[in-house]
Amino acid sequence: MPKIGLEVHVHLNTLKTKLFCSCSSDYINKDPNTNTCPVCLGLPGAIPVLNEKALTYAIMVALALNCEIAPALVFSRKHYFYPDMSKNYQISQYDGPGSMAVAKSGVLEITNKKIRIRRINIEEDPAKIIYPTGSMLTSKYTLLDYNRSGIGLLEIVTEPDIESPKEAREFLEKLRSILEHLGVCNCDMEGAMRADVNVSVEGGERVEVKNVGSIKDVENAIKYEIARQKAAIIQGLKVERETRHWDSERGISVPTRTKETDEDYRYFPDPDLPPYPISKDLIKKITAEMPELPDARVKRLVEQYGISRKEASILVMDKALADFYENTAKLYKDYKKLANLILNDYLRWLNDKNIRASESRATPEAIAKLLSLLDKGVITIKIVKEVLPEIVLKGADPDQLIKESQLTAIRDLEYLEKVVEEVIKEDKDAAEAAKNDPKVINFLVGKVMKRTGKRADPQLTNELIRKKLGV
Amino acid sequence: MISQVVKDLKEGRLDPEEYVERYYDRISKFEKKINSFITLRSKEEVISDVKESIKRGGRLAGVLIGIKDAISTKGIRTTCASKMLEDYVPPFDATVVEKLKREGAVILGKTNMDEFAMGSTTETSYFGPTRNPWDLERTPGGSSGGSGAALAAGFVDLALGTDTGGSIRAPAAFTATFGLKPSYGTVSRYGLVAYANSLEQIGPMSKNAEDLGLLYSIIAGDDPRDATTIPYEVKEVPSEISVNGLKVGVLKDILEASEEPVKGIINRIIDKLSSEGAVVEETKLGYAEYALPAYYIIAMSEASSNLARYDGVRYGYSKYGDGNWKETFSKNRGDGFGLEVKRRIMLGSFILSAGYYDQYYVKALKVRRLIKNSLDQLFAKFDVLVSPTMPILPPKLGEMVDDPVKMYAMDVNTVIANLAAIPALSMPAGFYNNLPVGLQLMGRYLSDTFLVGISMFVEKLTKIYDATAPLQ
Repeated sequence: MPKIGLEVHVHLNTLKTKLFCSCSSDYINKDPNTNTCPVCLGLPGAIPVLNEKALTYAIMVALALNCEIAPALVFSRKHYFYPDMSKNYQISQYDGPGSMAVAKSGVLEITNKKIRIRRINIEEDPAKIIYPTGSMLTSKYTLLDYNRSGIGLLEIVTEPDIESPKEAREFLEKLRSILEHLGVCNCDMEGAMRADVNVSVEGGERVEVKNVGSIKDVENAIKYEIARQKAAIIQGLKVERETRHWDSERGISVPTRTKETDEDYRYFPDPDLPPYPISKDLIKKITAEMPELPDARVKRLVEQYGISRKEASILVMDKALADFYENTAKLYKDYKKLANLILNDYLRWLNDKNIRASESRATPEAIAKLLSLLDKGVITIKIVKEVLPEIVLKGADPDQLIKESQLTAIRDLEYLEKVVEEVIKEDKDAAEAAKNDPKVINFLVGKVMKRTGKRADPQLTNELIRKKLGV
Repeated sequence: MISQVVKDLKEGRLDPEEYVERYYDRISKFEKKINSFITLRSKEEVISDVKESIKRGGRLAGVLIGIKDAISTKGIRTTCASKMLEDYVPPFDATVVEKLKREGAVILGKTNMDEFAMGSTTETSYFGPTRNPWDLERTPGGSSGGSGAALAAGFVDLALGTDTGGSIRAPAAFTATFGLKPSYGTVSRYGLVAYANSLEQIGPMSKNAEDLGLLYSIIAGDDPRDATTIPYEVKEVPSEISVNGLKVGVLKDILEASEEPVKGIINRIIDKLSSEGAVVEETKLGYAEYALPAYYIIAMSEASSNLARYDGVRYGYSKYGDGNWKETFSKNRGDGFGLEVKRRIMLGSFILSAGYYDQYYVKALKVRRLIKNSLDQLFAKFDVLVSPTMPILPPKLGEMVDDPVKMYAMDVNTVIANLAAIPALSMPAGFYNNLPVGLQLMGRYLSDTFLVGISMFVEKLTKIYDATAPLQ
């Protein structure tokens, strides 16, 4: 079994500011180096001051991951020279003498398994490096954008308890759902959740793949690494300890030129940030104000709406989807049918198009209306599927949409009978075969649908064909 | 007295142009010899600011002040006496500078110092050494030597210094001026270019005790931009303090270890205090022999970290455009920093590295705590501890700077207050062959204005205040 450990970096992008200054935490789509100040640029004389909300967020996550919480918040300086660092040290946390991580020794349960959490750190993000004329290795020069410098991060480190790419994905999806339910991270934002992936296979050393940007990429990077490392061992090559980068374009990991040694970061407590005591009362207060977590929500959805555990789990995996379901359920009371539509038609289409539920412009009103139109037979399920994209992408109103594009189901008996007659006349062989084979009846229904632009009521058409053929 | 100057300027008895002219006259005559400023503002600009400031009012309306070049001033270059920051112009004011401007003070210039405040003689400055106005062959002490020398030379009547291990008090002692290292956390460090964050404070320097108290009361107070400041309201300086019944501890070891002339002058003051009714008793500070190594271990560790940011990318010395970033960083840092700064960065990096951290840094923190405990015990018994500020007379230029161990040893009396976060004040005690000797007063945490009050009483005994060196 391969051993896999994750170091997940989560942007605290729902804090209004950066971790140690009052610059905005919303740094995306801004002109380079406009979201900066003396503190996050590391100007001489600038001093960091903690946004205390970050501590509340860290404690919430620690509680959700069943961690032990430290008696005080202590920041340490982690020293290394690199062009993206504004101070050539990162304000982070260190689990060692005179210092401690904000939380440690937790656990997150996935299907039939517990993944242990080693520790949780609060730290600051460095600036963004841009290679304008190629890759890290080939670009003639490098640009730096400090808009991201100083954004608050939670680093969540697991023990190497994960054994497959699938488990890694499940772990990350569940973690993401927890973070979204807690409101500490808008994980849809670009780069909001990144991971360093440690993979080792039997007979080889640990390889770290740095800076993998999405859950899908984590799964792919692990798959790739397992295959690469196993192949190397089969060929009799050594898998040595090294750091690699994930090239998501090409879907491969590439070695970095850095030599893998235990770098000495010369940690010491940051003298600008006095230790901040974490009292029992503070933890009690935060515990009392914790929002509903995914596991509890799954249980509640099953009880409240009578849907299956599996359905509830899929909904809750994406907080926005579960919210959407519950908001629509206030307007449309056939909860099972609603779950069915949302999970099968709505979600599948979103997944195909790589759209997250939070990005959909569909309103609960629109989906409820669509379902009641279906119930009344005004439209067919095929039409439902057809109009979903318009509703999701443009937030269209189903009434308007169906009226404008004349998509209401055709239940006009005289008209339908005429079409049925035509279809039977045109394909006499099929008509004959249909008398003994229900599948062929469906074939004829399909022909009628095609001729009516998918608007014929399928149930009614089926009945008319049977009647005509005397079946 | 500054309060009188403010009044005279406000009420028109003192012409602003004449007032400014007086200082620029002396500066143009003697600054070449002293080298107390790294950056001097133009007279015209200053006169216009003074006039404007008198109109707006404030406790320092129109008063000129020299600011140590480690303190950020918006629009005025702040070099920290380093080639690394030779052309660096901060886009913001330090909190203390904001406070001074709010009270109407006008910056005359930025004063010379040891590079990044690392030194005790103002000789490690990239802009050349400052000379002591009382004897041009000698140093004014450091690292705030520019501020001390400018006061003694009559270039300015108020100045800011910074004190990490004695950097305000050493120059105060060597130039017959007044300087206060405030209680840690009472003055914001926001905008102070960091050398050793846990030890240093910005503090006032002046020519008499009253001005010292006034300047301190303006710069002190908590600051939301510096988490190490404490909620603090500056107490009034007690106006009519008497030493009658005051419990004075004399740090005997430190006194004994001082040069004879220094010892003699300090002993005479102690006798005077005694005859004024003070209860004087000799005492001893525990762990004093470990203070200096503990101080340098902590200071260098923090310095190695603080100075990591100077790589030439965002600001500062940056000559090398070609090559990879590692080469560029190394060249910028290799060329931009002076010898003493590099020495401290290297020692600090060594101390913080794995394996040595526990052996040195953690041990130094333990010593720091023990010294603090020892002082707490002394202050249960004494109201104030007295000693010479410096164990020696002002050294000649070149005498110390090339021998780091000798130079570091100059700070033996002063580092105690930085390690323990307590206030410490240096004031003129007397002269030996026209060379100033300083008296150090140390008090309980947050007793800053009380110390200023005592110094007001003592200056009446010594009659040394508003002393200006007889420059020719």
